[in-house]
Amino acid sequence: MTFQNSIELLKFHSVAYSIYALMIISIVAWFGYNLAKKEKAKSIIRIPFYGYIAFLVIGGVGHHIFTYNTIPWVQEDMMKDQIKPDKVFHIQIKDHKWILPKTPMVVNCGKPTLFDVTSGDLMYGFGLFRQDGTIVTQMQVDPGHENKLMWTFNFDGTFNLTSTEYSGPAQYDEKGNDLLFVKNAVKVVGCENKKGGN
Amino acid sequence: MSFADNLINGTNFDHTKLNALQKVALRGVVMSFLFFGLLAIEGLIMRLVKLGPTNPLPDMFSHAPHFFAIMTAHPIVGIFGSTYQLVFSAFIFLVPFLAKKPLYSVKLANATWLLITIGTALAWIACFLWHYAPLYTLYWPLPADLKQFEAIGGIVFIVGAALIMIGTLCFIYNIYATIFARVGVHKNKTTKELLISGFGIDGLLNLWHKITGKPPYSKEPALSLPVVAIFRGTVDTFLDALVILSAGILVLIYIVFSAAGHSLDVSAIDALLYKNYFWWGLDLVADGLVLIYVAGSWYLLASIITGQRLFMENVARAALMLELIVSWMVWSHHLLADQPQPEMMKLISGEMVTAFELLTQGLALFITLVTLWKARPLKMTMELKYLLGGLIGFGLAVPAAIIQADMGMNRILHNTTWISFAHFHMALIVGLYMTLYSAVYVLWPLVTNGTKMYSSKLSNAHFWLYFIGGVGMGAFVGMAGLQGALRRHLYVHGEFHTLFTLGAIFGSMIVIAWALFLYNIVMSVGIKGLIGIFLPAQDKTASYGLEPEEA
Repeated sequence: MTFQNSIELLKFHSVAYSIYALMIISIVAWFGYNLAKKEKAKSIIRIPFYGYIAFLVIGGVGHHIFTYNTIPWVQEDMMKDQIKPDKVFHIQIKDHKWILPKTPMVVNCGKPTLFDVTSGDLMYGFGLFRQDGTIVTQMQVDPGHENKLMWTFNFDGTFNLTSTEYSGPAQYDEKGNDLLFVKNAVKVVGCENKKGGN
Repeated sequence: MSFADNLINGTNFDHTKLNALQKVALRGVVMSFLFFGLLAIEGLIMRLVKLGPTNPLPDMFSHAPHFFAIMTAHPIVGIFGSTYQLVFSAFIFLVPFLAKKPLYSVKLANATWLLITIGTALAWIACFLWHYAPLYTLYWPLPADLKQFEAIGGIVFIVGAALIMIGTLCFIYNIYATIFARVGVHKNKTTKELLISGFGIDGLLNLWHKITGKPPYSKEPALSLPVVAIFRGTVDTFLDALVILSAGILVLIYIVFSAAGHSLDVSAIDALLYKNYFWWGLDLVADGLVLIYVAGSWYLLASIITGQRLFMENVARAALMLELIVSWMVWSHHLLADQPQPEMMKLISGEMVTAFELLTQGLALFITLVTLWKARPLKMTMELKYLLGGLIGFGLAVPAAIIQADMGMNRILHNTTWISFAHFHMALIVGLYMTLYSAVYVLWPLVTNGTKMYSSKLSNAHFWLYFIGGVGMGAFVGMAGLQGALRRHLYVHGEFHTLFTLGAIFGSMIVIAWALFLYNIVMSVGIKGLIGIFLPAQDKTASYGLEPEEA
């Protein structure tokens, strides 16, 4: 099982967490109901203490093992210094303005792309979004440091750019429009029939 | 009794019968709930602004400087003005009560609530008047950016934050001085014995002795378990206060020099190093102080509600020690999206050690539930209801954070409303506050000398509105995060409209719940009583429940 893009992952995550949330609320509600019953409620199951602890440990560690093996960008991120990118885009940001090499930045499908972003003043974020507003990927942009994000796009699409970190109210005009928003900043091509955004 | 009588005189509350300890505890509680109202209204304003064109508020709230000034003030009012005050007040009363000895200093306790109140008010004024808006994270060099903010706003804000931290240090000194005072039951205890108990080492040694077949190291630990949790959580509170104070001084130096026309080079401070330092300290509030204090509160509440000893007390003591160490090593989960952050720190601190919080909090949940279960049947009192609500809150909030504290998930969830609502609003509004409401109902008869609550119907209405509002808002706005909604972003065009509308509806339930709670309290103690809480106590006793010779 591998998640091809963040949409798939978010859908999975949304369903899994919703089930968990309903389960935990129901369990505590059931627990409370039985706690207050006039006659002493009998235990249906006996939860062994060490079994419970093992469950928590497996849950905590297993989650990371699961994501490491199913989310492709985790390994790519950790190995980014050893991967030769197909394209590199050097991007600067200062005074709440992007300096982009070109618009759109055209990316080849299935090939690792490196976004190298530097800030000349404040802390910003670099985030790519689909046309429906969902996040494709992002990173923080720390001033005085190299901020490199390696990403492989698996679906065709055009993506918008904005800062995902707050850098003061100067990011917005008087009407509340985001001045760091760049429509169609990235375009992915060459995925043949796969459309819908990475 | 007529409405007017109740409003003026309350039910049977008599402030003249309160001693100094009761009064000083109640003062902080009153300020806490007033700040909570401000907090809830600010939160609702932000929720309404994000409705975009259907936002019913005047345009000024949608202007970025105003909006982000509210967003900056909101956590200061919430975390310090409200939560700190409520927690500190409860502990100022509980430590002497549980340790069976007087509070070290009532004057210091008065200084605590006064300094935190004034400090919070100053920080709020800086945001309100000068729109100082670097947000609570103060990412370098934004707080010192005088192109965007006025120097006076920054100075007032930092002075406010410093007063809050000084108030916090007063609280810490008072708590430790009380715990280590060799009076009453601790007359013959050494500092070493109290320290061993405070850090939970006796619990650990008891477990070890049990495994190795030796008699228990300590049959009756020097400090009760809730006091151990307070002792332990206060270590993190201290470290956090030092970090925030030092960061504040740094910001202040830059602002003052810049305002004087001698700007210092902001790049002299490494933004990433600062971020690590600041998050290390700030995370001690979230992952140290809150979780340890909350675990201790659950243990206390479970013991009081059931009237029985806590299940697996030695494990609980040892787990609190583990939680303390874990809380010092988890800050890197806030920097998983920072590419220059070393990968090993992301992996070990950000992912692996953070995952331990699932274990420590899960353990506290388990011990609390089993303690309650063994004592069944129990009456479903308000305190039990709130306690169960608090358990649900953390049951929802902690896994939400663990999910995001992952290098894969963080890439798409960092800085979204998932973390701000599914995690920390859920943890604070539902988990922490419902636990604190439970403590309020447990302590109410003790602190007010058995004052009758005005209306149980209002208490129930508050519970359900608050619980449904808190969970609903956390869930729907959190889900917006999964669709790409950023947490520190201004949306004015109706983006994520359905989920944000639901968030505003559920958020408004929290405001209504607060109004009902406040009304219930005012009608119970009366306006006279409310004023009387702030008048000097005739009875100067700084303890509760002790015989005169013990006090």
